[in-house]
Amino acid sequence: MQQLSTNQRALVLSFLLLVGGLFLWEAAIPAQKAASELTEYEKLTGAGAPKAGVPPPSQVLVKAWEQLSDPFYDAGPNDKGIGIQVAYSLYRVLTGYFLAALIAIPVGFLIGMSPVAYKALNPFIQVLRPISPLAWMPLALFIIQDSNASAIFVIFICSIWPMLINTAFGVAGVRKDWINVARTHELGPVKTALTVILPAAAPTIVTGMRISIGIAWLVIVAAEMLVGGTGIGYYVWNEWNNLDLTSVIFSILVIGVVGMALDAAFGAVQRAVAYAE
Amino acid sequence: MAHSFLSIENLTQRFASGKGEDLTVFEDASFGIEKGEFVCILGHSGCGKSTIMNILAGLAEPTSGVVLMDGKEVSGPSLDRGVVFQNYSLMPWLSALKNVTFAVAARYPRWSKAKVVEHSTQYLAMVGLQGDAIHRKPAQLSGGMRQRVSIARAFANHPKLLLLDEPFGALDALTRGTIQDELLKIWGGTEQTVFMITHDVDEAILLADRILLMTNGPYARVAESVEITIPRPRKREEIIEHPNYYLIRNHLLHFLGTRSKVLSGQRTGQGSNRPQTIRLDRMEETATESEDPAQATSLRAVNE
Repeated sequence: MQQLSTNQRALVLSFLLLVGGLFLWEAAIPAQKAASELTEYEKLTGAGAPKAGVPPPSQVLVKAWEQLSDPFYDAGPNDKGIGIQVAYSLYRVLTGYFLAALIAIPVGFLIGMSPVAYKALNPFIQVLRPISPLAWMPLALFIIQDSNASAIFVIFICSIWPMLINTAFGVAGVRKDWINVARTHELGPVKTALTVILPAAAPTIVTGMRISIGIAWLVIVAAEMLVGGTGIGYYVWNEWNNLDLTSVIFSILVIGVVGMALDAAFGAVQRAVAYAE
Repeated sequence: MAHSFLSIENLTQRFASGKGEDLTVFEDASFGIEKGEFVCILGHSGCGKSTIMNILAGLAEPTSGVVLMDGKEVSGPSLDRGVVFQNYSLMPWLSALKNVTFAVAARYPRWSKAKVVEHSTQYLAMVGLQGDAIHRKPAQLSGGMRQRVSIARAFANHPKLLLLDEPFGALDALTRGTIQDELLKIWGGTEQTVFMITHDVDEAILLADRILLMTNGPYARVAESVEITIPRPRKREEIIEHPNYYLIRNHLLHFLGTRSKVLSGQRTGQGSNRPQTIRLDRMEETATESEDPAQATSLRAVNE
């Protein structure tokens, strides 16, 4: 053990935890009693019928293999491959998210650069920010009259706040010295914004973007459960209605993995724009 | 009197303090700087040195008074006035070279990229930064190296006036010495006019043609202008042997020690607040009525 690096030791421990966890899960599922052990009374009351229980990991793995080997099949409205469902969810998340970024980052810039704008907009932000994004759903459905666009709107509204607040905070916090350097070099306002303020505030802005994408991915599942039709959130709910818990567990894992990938992507961007003072 | 290259006229700075009465940092400060001159300003904290510097840089507005450069009024920051800030003010996300090219490109927008890089590299080499070091980020450079980059950035732009705001304040004594020598070297090759704030008496004597002494604030003013009668080129080890060195040094220390307080808030009278020119020269006393032309040209009086 001594010769292994910290990473290798962590990897071994992760693997042991996984195996241990799966073993406990498998062992915790009560076995069905064999028909010969049943009493007359139990037979009469139907206890011999297989009970719907939490599926063991082995079944989930089989399901995962089955689904992942053909992720893009499309056999009608209620039977699409996991790849298609994830793609729908990602499409909604990314559309709403980038629309939010398109507004939040310029407005955040403005708020960060102008104390007046900051003070004027702050009360609105403070009231709108704590609203659960799903609370907007009925209003969105009524106004937009389209379930898909409403889901995108919910993503938009939930991802706008962290980006807006972080951009404003990052821009307002840019060191005065750097602004002075820009001023003594006669850089215009646009050039100052792009070559000094943007790179200086980029780490804070990207942190906001990373928080937003995390929230957006959390919210899309709930939003799709409401609007239905397609997407990973709908898939979970649909499989629950089908009482197919194996698929439910499998899709929970898929949600986790996709969320991790989104976060990792923004983590990479964060590292790229980071600087040491 | 004839206008100097840089002329500061009746500069006054007041700040509103919470109690309704304004805080006057300095009042009617007037002095001039000639082209090609290296002037240091010495004074205790709070006398408004940095405020004067910010006004000269165009980063701050005086309450009243004007600054004229080349006969034109200074308003707002300009590439004609380069600034080296105490905390280097390098962009931490750019390499040393990019920090300089960014400034050079702003100064000479028509230059080709290759020319900008070549010019910048040349100035970085002049302050002793070469090879791999110029591609490092400021965080990977020592404090001395960062200040070198900042000095290179300022000189590379050939400003008409170079403002140095305590550029060596954050450096250790040994590094400070090396960079002072480099500053002298790079300055010696140019006709650059320099105005520098410092707290260090020896540094001021080594670098300056003239030292302006400020009284304590509030109501601070530039009381004296001391000529440094030590011929150039100066070397740190040699100037301390010069007969005028301790004469000047003691005068400066006396001023900072006692007279900066005594003179505080007083006016020179006659409505003029121009500094009194002080010329201390032991060589002149011993020589027969010295009008050594070589020395006369290197020394300029501002107060006619």
